[in-house]
Amino acid sequence: MSAGRDIILGRVRKALGRGPLPPEKQLKLRSRLAHPKRNLVPQRGDLAGPELVGLFVTMARKADAEVERLSDWSQVPNAVRQYLDRNHLPLNINLAPEPLLQALDWDGFQVWRDLPRREDKVAVTGCFAAAAETGTLVVTSGPEHATSLNLLPDHHLVVLPASRIRGSYEDTWDMLRLAYPDAPPRTVLWITGPSRTGDIEQTLQLGAHGPLRLQILLIDDLDDA
Amino acid sequence: MRVTSPGFKANAGRALTDPQLQKALKRLKGGFQVARLKAAEQLPEFEALRDQAREIKDFTLAHLDFYLELFEERVGFAGGKVHWAANASAAREIVLDICREAGAKKILKGKSMVTEEIGLNDHLEAHGLQVIETDLGEYIIQLRKEPPSHIIAPAIHVSKDQVSEDFRKHHTDLEPKRPLEEPRELLDEARQILREHFLTADVGITGANFLVAASGSSVIVTNEGNGDLTQTLAKTHIVVASIEKVVPTMEDCATLLRVLSRSATGQELSVYTTFSTGPRRAGDPDGPVDYHVVLLDNGRTQLLGNEFREVLRCIRCGSCMNSCPVYGAVGGHAYGWVYPGPIGAVLTPALVGVEKAWHLPSASSFCGKCEEVCPVRIPLPKLMRHWRERAFEAGKAPATQRFGLKIWSLFARRPGLYRLATRLASRLLRMLGRKRGSLSKLPLAGGWTSERDLPVPPGPTFSDLYHRRKS
Repeated sequence: MSAGRDIILGRVRKALGRGPLPPEKQLKLRSRLAHPKRNLVPQRGDLAGPELVGLFVTMARKADAEVERLSDWSQVPNAVRQYLDRNHLPLNINLAPEPLLQALDWDGFQVWRDLPRREDKVAVTGCFAAAAETGTLVVTSGPEHATSLNLLPDHHLVVLPASRIRGSYEDTWDMLRLAYPDAPPRTVLWITGPSRTGDIEQTLQLGAHGPLRLQILLIDDLDDA
Repeated sequence: MRVTSPGFKANAGRALTDPQLQKALKRLKGGFQVARLKAAEQLPEFEALRDQAREIKDFTLAHLDFYLELFEERVGFAGGKVHWAANASAAREIVLDICREAGAKKILKGKSMVTEEIGLNDHLEAHGLQVIETDLGEYIIQLRKEPPSHIIAPAIHVSKDQVSEDFRKHHTDLEPKRPLEEPRELLDEARQILREHFLTADVGITGANFLVAASGSSVIVTNEGNGDLTQTLAKTHIVVASIEKVVPTMEDCATLLRVLSRSATGQELSVYTTFSTGPRRAGDPDGPVDYHVVLLDNGRTQLLGNEFREVLRCIRCGSCMNSCPVYGAVGGHAYGWVYPGPIGAVLTPALVGVEKAWHLPSASSFCGKCEEVCPVRIPLPKLMRHWRERAFEAGKAPATQRFGLKIWSLFARRPGLYRLATRLASRLLRMLGRKRGSLSKLPLAGGWTSERDLPVPPGPTFSDLYHRRKS
């Protein structure tokens, strides 16, 4: 196995016409990793406050996500209830074990708090951040958020505080590095709209293997921040 | 995968008269190409991002050994393991060993061109494992035992009626009289069948769109969510990726992602972009327990060291084939191997040998559209021209072409003779086509004139005019 390693690295160096990089050059390249340089970042996301939130909403809707704006966290259960009613679904939810979500009043719901089962149709989760430039949610794995929750149930309802919206992907990586200084979580999942496919005669259909619907419950917490 | 590239001419001939395929290819023209243009228009920085994407790839390739070693180190920090495969058979053995060690029976796969390249499915199946493709297009062609015909839309050549037929044939547990005509019904059935497989898989195999060296992450970009289910639910996740997929940082990856989806499907961003780093952490409720990355060379280092290095910038968006008039006429299967279209015309001779694939770089009108749309600005026509030169040197060109070129060089090396001959030819053509002003038939050029007329030369030759003006 290490034979393969030596062969490949040897071939690479031969192709590049040199030996291994000298240590000082390697150090220089390594130092660039600690403070990663940004390339060109599109101006589109260079906004703040309500304009930034507005861009996120526009882009997320363009990607076929549904966005509902709420004034605070306490409205979340009611918004979930209305969503389920609108879609003729029973009040059964699979709730991510995030403290902010768990602390809400879920009276009247049947709440499952473990990994999604075959029969679970609705997942309610939080998310780490969002990038307005393409209406993208940044979801991280961890004890409070199983990755399969984002993927298995037919309906994914995501609670996003407006204060977590940033302009660009790069901005969300900066947030991530602050929260996880050593290494990113196992899975960092960017979600832009509900799953889809065009594999049958190039006919676009929403709801392929992942969720059929993506509902973003956007909490307007900009004044509190 | 069997290489049928030597039969390109016959393959292409059949494709041109296949009404079903022609219908599918027509759809392609209005779809991806138009969407790409719209997406590019909506991002003012798109062209500048393409320049940067090219620079990032060139810089990484120039330091490839460094970034590969760094990637290996970081995967190790995260608790994963990197394996190095110099060629296809080494990669197949590594994957099989990991599957055996995991005691696996059922293997699920996300869409991966590189595993098509190394013929992984056949190898695993030959050793008693069940292998299931989960991308809808890949699933369809797996049932049909066909190779993909497009790198991002593998079943683009199949009609919904054919899919319906295949599903009825294979999903025998379901009610035979169920309605199964509409794309939605077909998708729902596949979703239901594959879901059961996701939940019972032992090993999930994916490719990678990028490998991020700084964090040791593998990145997949998908729309269906099948790749994520594949790499999340099984106990073992194996990534198979060729060595040129590595990029230095998340910032570099972000730039490449901005041009990838827009070039591929015209989306601002694909639905799922997933960064996986090592196996599940302590306290994680799901995710794989083991994480492996198989780094594959299989001819890449050779390209790194010759005039084809630029092709290693490719991020497999498929825009070159979407805009190629030749691909648009004959489809992907005619190319006879994993990678069709202009990128295939450059990669295939390198990976399977120019003696088998020399037709492919010749099947181009050099219209330049592929280079125009390539997000990392690979000069595909130039690279195809290099292959034509090599094919000619290897004695691959047909005798008539060689003879013609010999005659031409006889004149081209003698300017006086050349001028005389062109003057005579011009006069002769004018005489022959005096009445109509054009010629509909020419000796030795029946193939050319069967589709168009040759306008009669207007008068003196270029060099005569040039000399007259100079004096």
